Amino acid sequence: MIEIKNLTKKFGSSVILDNINFSVKKGEILGFLGPNGAGKTTTMKIITSFWAPTGGKVEIDGLDVVRDSIKTRSKIGYLPENVPLYDDMKVFEYLKFAAEIRGIKKENVKKKIKEASEACGLSKVMRKPIDELSKGYRQRVGLAQAIIHNPDVLILDEPTTGLDPNQIVEIRDLIKKIGKEKTVIFSTHILGEVSAVCDRVIIINNGRIVGEGSPDDLIKKAGVREIIYVKIKGSKNDVLNKLNEMENVLKAEIKDKESEDIYGYEIEPKQGVDLREYLSMTVMKNNWSILEFNKKSVSLEDVFRELTK
Amino acid sequence: MNKKYLKTIYILFKKELMSYFNSPIAYIFIGVFLIVANWLFFNSFFIIGQASVRSYFSLLPWIFLFLAPAITMRLWAEEKKSGTIEFLLTLPVTDWQVVLAKFFGSLAFLFIALLLSITIPVSVAFLGNIDLGPVIGSYLGALFLGGSYLALGLFISSLTKNQIIAFVLALVACFGAFIVGADFVLAGAPKFAVPVMKFLDRKSTRLNSSHTDISRMPSSA
Repeated sequence: MIEIKNLTKKFGSSVILDNINFSVKKGEILGFLGPNGAGKTTTMKIITSFWAPTGGKVEIDGLDVVRDSIKTRSKIGYLPENVPLYDDMKVFEYLKFAAEIRGIKKENVKKKIKEASEACGLSKVMRKPIDELSKGYRQRVGLAQAIIHNPDVLILDEPTTGLDPNQIVEIRDLIKKIGKEKTVIFSTHILGEVSAVCDRVIIINNGRIVGEGSPDDLIKKAGVREIIYVKIKGSKNDVLNKLNEMENVLKAEIKDKESEDIYGYEIEPKQGVDLREYLSMTVMKNNWSILEFNKKSVSLEDVFRELTK
Repeated sequence: MNKKYLKTIYILFKKELMSYFNSPIAYIFIGVFLIVANWLFFNSFFIIGQASVRSYFSLLPWIFLFLAPAITMRLWAEEKKSGTIEFLLTLPVTDWQVVLAKFFGSLAFLFIALLLSITIPVSVAFLGNIDLGPVIGSYLGALFLGGSYLALGLFISSLTKNQIIAFVLALVACFGAFIVGADFVLAGAPKFAVPVMKFLDRKSTRLNSSHTDISRMPSSA
């Protein structure tokens, strides 16, 4: 569906995108992750033909976004970052303009506006001027505009920034629903969002792809270590020594202090070893007691930090 | 294909024209234009005591000097500032379609303003005999002159994000076009440029010259 080959973008001597390659299949939701300034927005602007690439090419359904730009643009629904809208229009007028300019036939315009506004929960504000809308509603108007012509490809640049938690969940559900039939690329720096919504993730940093795969794949690939946290009641030095002497422990150290003889410890076991049982036995043998125990599960967040360091 | 091309321009044109009347700006511009035009005209009209609108049409280029940049200043600058240009230019439309739509949108706005000033020739017609040919000719000329100012203003608006800068620069540019054929400018200009400047001047300031051809039309007066 979308093919990106050797894509490069330079402004003067600064390289924004450096030889990027990836492709997105139909019906796939691709999460685009990266710190600010990594090149996410630039990539999207090139896919939507707003900017021209310096080198390489982007193809949508085999059509080049520079040469066949009008054709590719009509296949895309795009929600730019910061959701630019015509503030002096009413929501209804804006969606009508979006529908007409996308070439929707006159007799279908009303139906399409209704569909899009219902999907995005806009029915209540249709007669309001856009500049009176809250941030959440603006975002929804932008989204409604992007899906009104039933595009094959949906490009969303940080669609959930500035929304409250309920709205975020709503927008995510909407993206998931749309993503069943369409190709969706969306960028974000909220990592939870990616594992909640995406089939596949691309992590980009300094204009290069540094990680690619499903969220689970990425966690495995990144090789981030597992860490156990225990809070033990017992004399500090004693506990620390014993923990460090334990089999299969690479390192144990004090993480925090609750009171004189209660400390939290972080233990790093050898790869793939289940330490739990042995640990509790050690504690009992020494007449200490465990007050808290948890396994710090590796999140995409750690992977992200690891890859974009 | 061609029909579709024009239809796209028409939809963009509608949006442009609508955006004038969605804000109070349009009404303020038209109101101020009409007040100033009427006041300046009737100020001297009764002193001269002639049923002629000639002086109105020699006033118009001066008024357009301010009105045209005011109409065009936001057209590109605002789109760039608010970021809507990213929405507009990622739609399946060509740059040409957008440019033409913006130009004709602003021209239509100017046309509406001019149309409303028709009270001036009508009032004069009540007071005496008026030669209809020159009036129509002058209106046509005014529209073309306005169009050239608008084109200039649109170009300048596309250079900046700031409406005020767009307004001032467009005013300066229009003024440049306005005085380009004045004698004292021609006297100081290099010889080879004089014919060009004279040509530009004919187009921009001599609204009255359009009288000669059109007044041969049969008129009711």
